[in-house]
Amino acid sequence: MTTDPNKKDEAFIQTEDVTFSYGDTVPDDVLKGIVMHVKKGEFVALLGHNGSGKSTLAKMFNAMLLPTGGVIYSGGMDTKDDSLLYEIRRRVGLVLQNPDNQLVASVVEEDVAFGPENLGVPTEEIRKRVDDALKAVEMYEFREFAPHKLSGGQKQRVAIAGIIAMEPDCIVLDEPTAMLDPRGRTEVLRTIHRLNKEKGITIVLITHYMDEAIEADRVIVMDDGKILTEGTPREVFSQVELLKKHQLDVPQSTELTHRLKAMGVDLPDCTLSIEECVAALEKIRPDFACCEAEEDRKGGAGDAVD
Amino acid sequence: MIRDIALGQYIPGKSCIHKMDPRVKIALTFLFIIFLFVANGYVGMGVMVALVIAILLFSRIPLRQYFKSLKAVIFVVAFTSILNLFYGSGRVLVQVGFMQITEGGVNRAIFITIRIVCLMLLSAALTFTTSPTSLTDAIERLLRPLKIFHVKVHEIAMMMTIALRFVPTLLEETDKIMSAQKARGADMESGGFMQRVKALIPILIPLFVSAFRRAYDLAMAMECRCYHGGEGRTRMKVLKARKSDVAITVFSLALCTGIILLNIFLPGAVR
Repeated sequence: MTTDPNKKDEAFIQTEDVTFSYGDTVPDDVLKGIVMHVKKGEFVALLGHNGSGKSTLAKMFNAMLLPTGGVIYSGGMDTKDDSLLYEIRRRVGLVLQNPDNQLVASVVEEDVAFGPENLGVPTEEIRKRVDDALKAVEMYEFREFAPHKLSGGQKQRVAIAGIIAMEPDCIVLDEPTAMLDPRGRTEVLRTIHRLNKEKGITIVLITHYMDEAIEADRVIVMDDGKILTEGTPREVFSQVELLKKHQLDVPQSTELTHRLKAMGVDLPDCTLSIEECVAALEKIRPDFACCEAEEDRKGGAGDAVD
Repeated sequence: MIRDIALGQYIPGKSCIHKMDPRVKIALTFLFIIFLFVANGYVGMGVMVALVIAILLFSRIPLRQYFKSLKAVIFVVAFTSILNLFYGSGRVLVQVGFMQITEGGVNRAIFITIRIVCLMLLSAALTFTTSPTSLTDAIERLLRPLKIFHVKVHEIAMMMTIALRFVPTLLEETDKIMSAQKARGADMESGGFMQRVKALIPILIPLFVSAFRRAYDLAMAMECRCYHGGEGRTRMKVLKARKSDVAITVFSLALCTGIILLNIFLPGAVR
């Protein structure tokens, strides 16, 4: 759970030329030679639209699926090694999309205890882990609730607590916010960012919402089973043309800046947040000669708030 | 709506019956039900009835709840007791045509009524005071000896847990599907019996499809959390019998011995 500062740069997950196909009936490979890594303590966002292979890749990190070709090392362990299966799954937790379908027990705290119980953790220790995990996701007051009495965001946080109770080094989240309302999304994102910062847990966030990737340390974009581009959010989102070509969106404020720049307005290459975009526009505001551009700014900023 | 169906009928509380070890509760409930049928004299039965009444009072659950649970069996009780009136031997009390009500028949009718009513009350007391999770836990522990016969005790308990967990989820889903089909013009309230059964098909099919999808997801989530059967599994909540549980068990066994002795030394009213 804690990160050794000396090992900060060590790769926690490493894939070497990974390919995957769902058998003979599906002719195309879902993954076509993925080479990537995730460093210890890093927050990586894995982007891509439906069918890009990002969920398939996610299920390989904890050996739910095994690569057809190539190798994946999770925490230094080869995922194909059967004897290490439970150790891999303990260290790399996977949170799925539908919060309803991953809770096992009819009481919150018993669900969180499910993982440690499977691992054979002693009784007193489980109690402590469950309480700590529920506090870490701010769901401690709800420990005796039934899952169906909780909101989507709360259920998803319970699911995350269930993983934390196994004391993993890394949590992989497969579109954890896809079925949540905006409020639930914010709750879940805040929780995983805090876990990353405070507990040093490595996070791999799989999503198709571009906005969720902005705060990541690194963004990896996948398209058609291959890695399209990767880098810091700024590096990735400044390639607006490339992303658009592959039917991927960029955050709205980024797109606004990009379009204005293309029109000849003097702006930085890339703005990631609404605040940044507004600040950049404020700076050049005296240069605005016509009121048309002024209106553009208002309209653009208004859009981005949506 | 459909969601309001009470599940497991558990009524939370802090009475001494609530606090009992669920294993002891289940075992004693079975024991008492058996002894409701063992007792064959008015004295023995009186003891059993007093015991049941004591349990109801100690559970501190409104008696109204217990009466509700009896409603369902009123018909069965009435039917069997009337049937038993005419079935028996001994001194003839009333002669109705070729049928006769005998002393033995009256005794039988009274006993069967008391037995069914007490049986219902006892099981109601059990489900009212025990949460579904501790019930499944207790059942897993009580069935453990059956492992010798290769009964998959852990798997059965896990299935019960998951079923209990998903009942509310699936009820909610049924509600949603019903609304969706109604919005498309499905008519579920009119027509004859066959028509209504047919109207259920467009609800059941999506419900089953979604249930299978959920099962697939859940299996994956369980595997992600290292589930590999009951082997080497520990529990967060370990059931512990307290001194009071031991005392209650000893008292109950003494009571049952007493009833056996009564059966032997006082000739019973029903055989």
